[in-house]
Amino acid sequence: MTVSLSLLVTAGVLCAVGGVLLLMRALSRILIGAVILGNGINLLMLGAGGAAGLAPLLYPGVELSRVTDPLPQAIALTAIVITLATTAFLLAMAYRSQRVSGSDEVQDDIEDRRVALRAEVQEQRAALRERHGPRGRGPEGDLAEYRSERRRLRAVLREDRALQARARDASGDLWDDILGEDPEDRAAGPSVPPGPGEKGSG
Amino acid sequence: MNALVPLPVLLPLLATGFGLTLGIRFPRGQRIVSVVVLSAVLALSVTLLIAADTGGPLAVHLGDFAPPLGITLVADRLSALMLTVSSAVTLCVLVYSLGQGMADRDDRTPIAVFHPAYLVLVSGVSCIFLAGDLVNLYVGFEIMLVSSFVLLTLGGTASRLRAGSTYVVVSLISSMIFFTAVALTYAAAGTVNFAQLALRLAELPVGVRTLLEAALLTVFAVKAAVFPLAAWLPDSYPTAPAPVTAVFAGLLTKVGVYCMLRTETLLFPGNRLGHLLLAAALASLLVGVLGAVAQTDLKRLLSFVLISHIGYMVFGIGLGTRDGIGGAIVYVVHHITVQTALFLVAGLIERRAGTTELTRVGGLARAAPALAVLFFLPALNLAGIPPMSGFIGKLQLLRAGVATADGWSYTLVAAASLTSLITLYVMAKVWNLAFWRTAPPEEPARGTVLEERDTHDDCGDETGDVHREAGGDRDRDADRDRDRERERERERERERERSRGRPAGQAVTATLFGRTITTTTDRLPATMTWATAALVLLSLAYTVLGDPFTSLTDRAAAELLERSPYIEAVLGR
Repeated sequence: MTVSLSLLVTAGVLCAVGGVLLLMRALSRILIGAVILGNGINLLMLGAGGAAGLAPLLYPGVELSRVTDPLPQAIALTAIVITLATTAFLLAMAYRSQRVSGSDEVQDDIEDRRVALRAEVQEQRAALRERHGPRGRGPEGDLAEYRSERRRLRAVLREDRALQARARDASGDLWDDILGEDPEDRAAGPSVPPGPGEKGSG
Repeated sequence: MNALVPLPVLLPLLATGFGLTLGIRFPRGQRIVSVVVLSAVLALSVTLLIAADTGGPLAVHLGDFAPPLGITLVADRLSALMLTVSSAVTLCVLVYSLGQGMADRDDRTPIAVFHPAYLVLVSGVSCIFLAGDLVNLYVGFEIMLVSSFVLLTLGGTASRLRAGSTYVVVSLISSMIFFTAVALTYAAAGTVNFAQLALRLAELPVGVRTLLEAALLTVFAVKAAVFPLAAWLPDSYPTAPAPVTAVFAGLLTKVGVYCMLRTETLLFPGNRLGHLLLAAALASLLVGVLGAVAQTDLKRLLSFVLISHIGYMVFGIGLGTRDGIGGAIVYVVHHITVQTALFLVAGLIERRAGTTELTRVGGLARAAPALAVLFFLPALNLAGIPPMSGFIGKLQLLRAGVATADGWSYTLVAAASLTSLITLYVMAKVWNLAFWRTAPPEEPARGTVLEERDTHDDCGDETGDVHREAGGDRDRDADRDRDRERERERERERERERSRGRPAGQAVTATLFGRTITTTTDRLPATMTWATAALVLLSLAYTVLGDPFTSLTDRAAAELLERSPYIEAVLGR
């Protein structure tokens, strides 16, 4: 069984490109990556059928040994259809995600972020206490600096809480989004303020 | 009898189409179709189980094409048993979702999407259990995945999209690996039929065989959420609606375990990667349950417990002995039922108390004694308290581990016992917080309005709501509270207006000024409670029917390890 090398090389290149794109954060790039990777694997599937030959048609006088293996083609066709469906769904999801949250990036889990952020803040607070003493009145205490540091830490926590509250709220707008906005909501301003990602990252 | 084998796949698919034609115009008709079809699938599965148990595996070649070409469906003891449990569970969850009024909300959406997606999911799961070749297994996975995407992102809210995108990307990658493995298998062996592969893979070089085995196991480990590949699960499951989470947690992960059982016994006998599986089981058991200890949200906690208990099944598969495989099968059946029941109870708690955050609920044992019983039984069952099925499964696994008697298996026995104890601790924690302690002061009375944002008073100035002017200033707190009280009263009035004519027990959620407001309900809807109770009873039935049940799983394990009944049923006609 000899397989065309170019088929395998192309499959490899497509898989590499698709794999890199899949590692991106934006859903639209992931989508393109999935399509390319899918095509690469389909080529691999075709390669699995062995050397190229005649079209797999049965008619009187056909030489069965020279006919291409039809099964990988059928399997690849099935996979193409499945990729189509997945692509359609991913497209819809990327669009929807862009509408709801302003970007189509895959976001971190909020609970995870909360836990990580809390640990980080505690650590910084402990370091601060060590440098300045319990209430900023330690040996090398500069009270103003201590206070501004404390304020900054509080601000970080507050932003995080606001992000959580927004995330919770956004889930309530489900039927408004589908059935049209609630006029009261519109009067009160947008319920999902843009850009939680860049604000909460500090 | 063989003609019945494709029906568990076909019936739900046909019902999907039929349900869509009924659509929004006859929502009641759609619901009846779903329930009737799933009941029929349950009856069929029981028939198949009896037939497969008495007469050996049933195999059918669709269109009568010979094995390497056609689609083969096989129902042996393991498939039929899984099919029976899965259809019982999906039927209960469907009834529960009808009670939850998810269907009611469907009335208002352009296309009633829950029932069709759910039926397609059931069809995909049946297809996986019955698949007799790798490609059909792959197709079954894709059917299941695409419908699970839809169910997980139902409604398309921000949190569900966030959770869904993780799930979709992970599933996509595992599907790609799966399809690559299919291609490599075909290139190596020239067939994708399980029975033929079982014969031909033995002739391949060891390296190629191990590569294929590792690729397939990776895919199934992602689906089953075995530890190093499980990070996606606690992120994506808890945000979905309760019945969806329940069926995903109960069933979809066990589908991965089923595939591991099938490939490890039929395609790759000899258990060469057994130690790898045991190491993964060890990590899942401990990391999962320690993760659960740290959680305060019931749904996330249950997700971590789920990862942990997948470890038990992988432990059994990794041992590879008849007792080990049998124990894994017992545990799969037990865990599907119990985990689904627990997630349904979590949905009921959310409905009754407005949240599943354990720091905010309490006193439920007095407020809802029926709910307390419904939680208590499966919780103890999950921890493995003696008379229940969790104990039967764990005992058999531990015995199999001791019987194998090497360093790995003793380590796993110790870890499994420890995990069981920590699970008991976690469940006791949930019980104490949610049910046993007196209600926390902010625990709302029946029928009151819950405000989600109220718990974070000091971020009022950040969130851009109507309290912007009043927020952040401690002196004006009292003022603000009075304002809010008045507003809440008005909203309550409005809600009462709106909720007139709703079915009893349906939670009322609305947004007002950018806030989510949920009212608790007077009593739990009977349909949901009974559906959950049915699952709890099913999990207890494994104990009552203990001997027939364990001897059935033992016969299934024997059949799996023997391999020849399966191969003969498919090839020798």
